[in-house]
Order: sequence, then structure tokens, then C-alpha cells
Amino acid sequence: MTGRTLYDKLWDMHLVREEADGTALLYIDRHLVHEVTSPQAFEGLRLAARQPWRTASVLAVPDHNVPTTPRGQGVADIADPVSRIQVETLDRNCADFGINEFAMNDVRQGIVHVIGPEQGATLPGMTVVCGDSHTSTHGAFGALAFGIGTSEVEHVLATQCLIQKKSRNMQVRVEGELRPGVTAKDVVLAIIGEIGTAGGTGYAIEFAGSAIAALSMEGRMTVCNMAIEAGARAGMVAVDQTTLDYVAGRPFAPPPDQWPQAVAAWRELVSDADAEFDRVVTVQADAISPQVTWGTSPEMVVAVDARVPDPEGEIDPVKQSGMRKALAYMALEPGMPVTDIRVDKVFIGSCTNSRIEDLRAAAAVAAGRRVAPTIKLALVVPGSGLVKQQAEAEGLDAIFIAAGFEWREPGCSMCLAMNADRLEPGERCASTSNRNFEGRQGAGGRTHLVSPAMAAAAAVSGHFADVRELAAVAPAQPLGEPS
Amino acid sequence: MEKFTPFDGLVAPLDRANVDTDAIIPKQYLKSVKRSGFGPNLFDDWRYLSAGEPGQDHRRRPLNPDFVLNQPRYAGAQILLGRQNFGCGSSREHAVWALEDAGFRVVIAPSFADIFFNNCFKNGVLPVVLDAAVLDRLFAAVAETDGYRLRVDLESQTLTTPAGECLTFEVEAFRKYCLLQGLDDIGLTLQHADDIRAYEARRRQQAPWLFA
Ligand code: SF4
Repeated sequence: MTGRTLYDKLWDMHLVREEADGTALLYIDRHLVHEVTSPQAFEGLRLAARQPWRTASVLAVPDHNVPTTPRGQGVADIADPVSRIQVETLDRNCADFGINEFAMNDVRQGIVHVIGPEQGATLPGMTVVCGDSHTSTHGAFGALAFGIGTSEVEHVLATQCLIQKKSRNMQVRVEGELRPGVTAKDVVLAIIGEIGTAGGTGYAIEFAGSAIAALSMEGRMTVCNMAIEAGARAGMVAVDQTTLDYVAGRPFAPPPDQWPQAVAAWRELVSDADAEFDRVVTVQADAISPQVTWGTSPEMVVAVDARVPDPEGEIDPVKQSGMRKALAYMALEPGMPVTDIRVDKVFIGSCTNSRIEDLRAAAAVAAGRRVAPTIKLALVVPGSGLVKQQAEAEGLDAIFIAAGFEWREPGCSMCLAMNADRLEPGERCASTSNRNFEGRQGAGGRTHLVSPAMAAAAAVSGHFADVRELAAVAPAQPLGEPS
Repeated sequence: MEKFTPFDGLVAPLDRANVDTDAIIPKQYLKSVKRSGFGPNLFDDWRYLSAGEPGQDHRRRPLNPDFVLNQPRYAGAQILLGRQNFGCGSSREHAVWALEDAGFRVVIAPSFADIFFNNCFKNGVLPVVLDAAVLDRLFAAVAETDGYRLRVDLESQTLTTPAGECLTFEVEAFRKYCLLQGLDDIGLTLQHADDIRAYEARRRQQAPWLFA
């Protein structure tokens, strides 16, 4: 018998039953819930007079609609009545069904994919679902994590299970050492650039190789977060000491008396040496430069020191017309250097890049520099109240504010512009989020995806800039001192 | 989900091809936090003369007298006649929620868009495919006869006209079973509740921290 992949193991471990045609009933350990995709699911439970199967498995948080401006009055500070009702509805549903919720003004509130891991509510070996496609983030812990629809949210609430068919196994290996200035975000953008936004369709992707093993948990989460942008439903990384060190001591982590047993079980959460993958892709870490997307799909990405590609050079007619449309929407000329692209707004945040390490990386670039006068708005939105607290304890807020960034309350914010933070038509943004689709950050807005350090570099330069060159130049002001 | 039992229902005609889900329920209502209550906004753009927003009192909006379903004779209809490619466009389940909320249990058309067709079964609505020629006759009969009703019997897969004509239709055995039993996916999964509990008992031994 050949060995099993990490995905095979996680799958087998959660199989409640399997029909002859491969349709499986999969047990769900952790169900994360937010305000946008859950109301109809709770309503469905009520109409059918059903109760949640296991409320302790559910953790809820409002994140998409919450304002990032001061909100001392709680829900009353949400100006849009429709948004407010969605948040109030989540509050009420959680109260009615006895579900643990981090409400808007709880310091533990934040983006659902940030708070799960932060609380230890995401653990190795779990199945984790949420009515949100970026649930793939949690796979960084050696968990099987994927997004579901509203009907499935209800299904999981009511049965603790999902009806599923197994995906195929894919391994993406990133080998070698990343060069200075290159981050997890650049790695995953480069991978998507290589395999395409449909490259992972039908697969569960395990990210492996020495460069992945060298990443922090924050970095692994950034990579797995964007597995969905490569078309895969789930992304994952094997458990190692980094995983265990991160989880230890978190509020929802196993208590000390169960810890040794948990660690022993989690150590098994690696692909066997003789496991076979249906597809393997290998990327050399030292070939990756800081990345900038130029188009309206995450696969439309180049290195910061490259030029905007020319559709003339593309032989596939479908791709070529896609490139033309994207260039027109983005108002870019083929062949122009990426560093000539000027930006109007900068957004540092989202479930891809709003963790403490991301904020540190951005602050390191912002320190002693000033946001360029041509930038209309540079936002830093921490992923959670606890990330915000930590950043403030480290003085990062002071660095950002001194540099001219706005320091906000946690939430999804300008990642999808469901709250008041958005791009106006035609505005161009350097964003650390995960989707550069047309209108994603506001109707007519133009999004370029980058790492936090690259976003900060764009903010202080007024245009995209190679963070590696910036690092070589001493900041104008000493670190943290306001100008 | 309610069990799909035989009933005698008033029939309403919607004589248009390619009725899309945007037309069935326009996008502004997707902001709703509910799965129910979409009934007043079924076919919103056709039904009212003014633009609608969620949260409005739709009873106060001026009705479009030219829209067929606004005719008093079709009030309380449970069966909708449609034309080909019914339910095309966006996948929004809200379209079926709106039909169901407005009281429709059956939609009869020569063909349906795939996703809409599936969504119907998830919500206890029976989509019936009949020949275009048969539908022509039904449309004509409904127009001629006030209070035209059909008897729907899923068990025998028949529609019976007031004149006693029996029209048979096809339905997948598994879907039929689910509708007859009033089972949705959840209901089906809950039939395996013992398996789920047995799994939990096993798993609790291996990984007690998951059940804290
Ligand atoms: S930050 Fe953006 S991608 Fe992440 S959950 Fe929020 S809206 Fe979705």
C-alpha cells in the first residue's frame, strides 16, 4: 500500500460514512460564522424547528459590515441600516442559539480567518468550514478547511456534517530560500501566476518544500488563504514545530493534561514519504521577486521590476482578449514599467495580510518615511482587536500615524468595500488583499495586489517601488519619531 | 420541508420564454437576512410600477395592471405555467424562495435552467417538464377558464385537468422520494444521526480536545 497524503489522512479521519459512488458524509469540527452568509441558515433552522447539533463547535464574529472608524457605541455606529441589520441579526442568532460570538466591541473581534487561529479555535487535524471562500486560510495548521454556501452553513449547523466528494491531491513545493524583501504573499502570487487561477481546480493543494517550512504561521496562512484564488477549494501545510509553537497556550487550545496526546496525534499530520500526488508543481524560492498584479485576476501578476505585459505576445486568443480587457479596465499601457504606476490609495489589511507580522513588515518600511502627498488615503486595518492591541504595544500604530497612515479598527474593510471604506470610480489602490476583480474594492476601482511591505513602499513613493531598493536607502527619519 | 402531498391548485400563466432569476427576484433584495419574505418581490420589476427597495412597504407601491399575475383571478395560485428555459441566469436560491413564499408549489415549463431546477427541489417546489405543445393547450385553457385548476399527484406523477385528462410527467426517483417524504439534504443527513453520534463517540476517545 502506498502512503497517504496529508489530505488523505484528514479526509479519512473525518469520514462518517461513504456511499458506493464516493459521496461522503464528512464530520465538521469547527464551524466559523459571520454575518453575511449566515442569516438565512439560522432562519432555516428556525423554520424547520431544528437546533444546532453542537453549538460548542461554532464560533461567530461580525467582520464584513463593521465600520473601521471609531465605534464606541457598538452596532449603533454602523451608518448603513442594511449593514447594521445584518450585524444585529448575527448577534441575535448567536444569543438565541447559544453560540459563542465575539461581538463588534469585543477585543477578540476581527476578521473571521484571523481570529480562528489567533484563539486556537483552529487546530491541527480539524475540519474547519465557514460560509466564506477564504476559509482555506486555516489549512495552514494541517487542517482541512474550505468555504461553503448558505445552504451548507445550515446543513453543518443542523448535522455537524457536510455531504462531500473527495478532491484530487496536488502538491506545490517551494524549494530553497526566499531572497530578502520577498514574503509569503509574493510566494503565493508567484504560484498563482505560474499555475493560473484554475490551476488548482478539483484539487486540494498541499504547500510543501523548504521555503514553506521556513515560513511563520502568519506566512503559511497568507499562502493557504490564496489557495482559493488558484481554484483549489482547500490549501494546507503539514504540521511541524512551528505549528505546535503557535498553537500552544491559545485560549481554545487543548488543556495541559491533553496537550501531549494532542501533539502526538498532530505529529502524524504530514504526507507519508511514499504518498503519491496527482499533480506536483515545484517553484524555486530564489527565483521569486516581490510581486504586483497588473490586471483583474490574481494570475495577472508580474515582478515589481518587470513591465506590464503586452497582449500582442500572447498566442492564446481567449487569454489575449482577457488581457486587453484587463488593461483597459486598469488603464495601463503594455510595456510600461510597473514602478511607473502611480496609486491613489493604499490598503493594508484583509484576511490575507493583517496579522502582526504583516503590520511589522509594513511598519518597517513606513518608519521614518512619509506617505507621498499624492496619496489620498493610506489605511492600516488590523485583522483583529488583539492584533491591534499587540501592534500598539509595539508602537507600530505610532509609526504608521507619524508616516501619515490612518490606523483603524479591525474588520474586512476595503478588501470588499461592504462597509464605508472603498475606492471611488477610477481610483487605483495598492492592496494587501486577495482579489483584484473589477469593482471588488468599489465600483470602477482598480486594485493591485501586493505584500504589506510593498504596499507601504507604494504609499511612501506614490507609485509602486521595489521594496528591496527602498530598504537600501536609509529612512529620512529615525524609526518611530514623528516628523 | 413539508411533505409534497396531492393538491388541487389554481393555475397562473406567465407566457414568456427565458424568465431569468433576476426577473424572478431583483438583486437589491439579496441583501436581506431572510430566506422567507421574498414573496412580495417576486417578479418585482414587472409587478410594480415604481422601483423597489428592501424594507419598503410593498403594499403601498402602485401595481402594474398589465402584469398577468396582478389579475385578481390568479390570486392564490399555486401552479405557474412558464415557457422554455425558465429560471435561467444567476444561481440565486432567492428566486425559488420568492416563488415558494408567494405560494407556488409547482412550476410547469418545457425546459428549466439547471441550477434553478436543482434549487427547486431543495425548497419543496416541484418543477414539471411538459411538451411545448401540451403547454400551449394549458395556456389556452387557463385563458379561457376562470379559476382553472390542476390536480397534482407526485406519487403517480400526474397532473389532472378539470376535464379529467391525465398528463404524466417524469421525475428522478431520488428527488421524488425526498419531496414525498419532505426531506431536504439536512433531513437526509439526519437519517444517519446514529452514524454521526457513533463517529463522535469514537472521535471523542481519540481527540477529546475537539469536544471541549
Ligand atoms: S478580508 Fe476580504 S477576503 Fe477576507 S473574509 Fe473579509 S471580505 Fe473576505
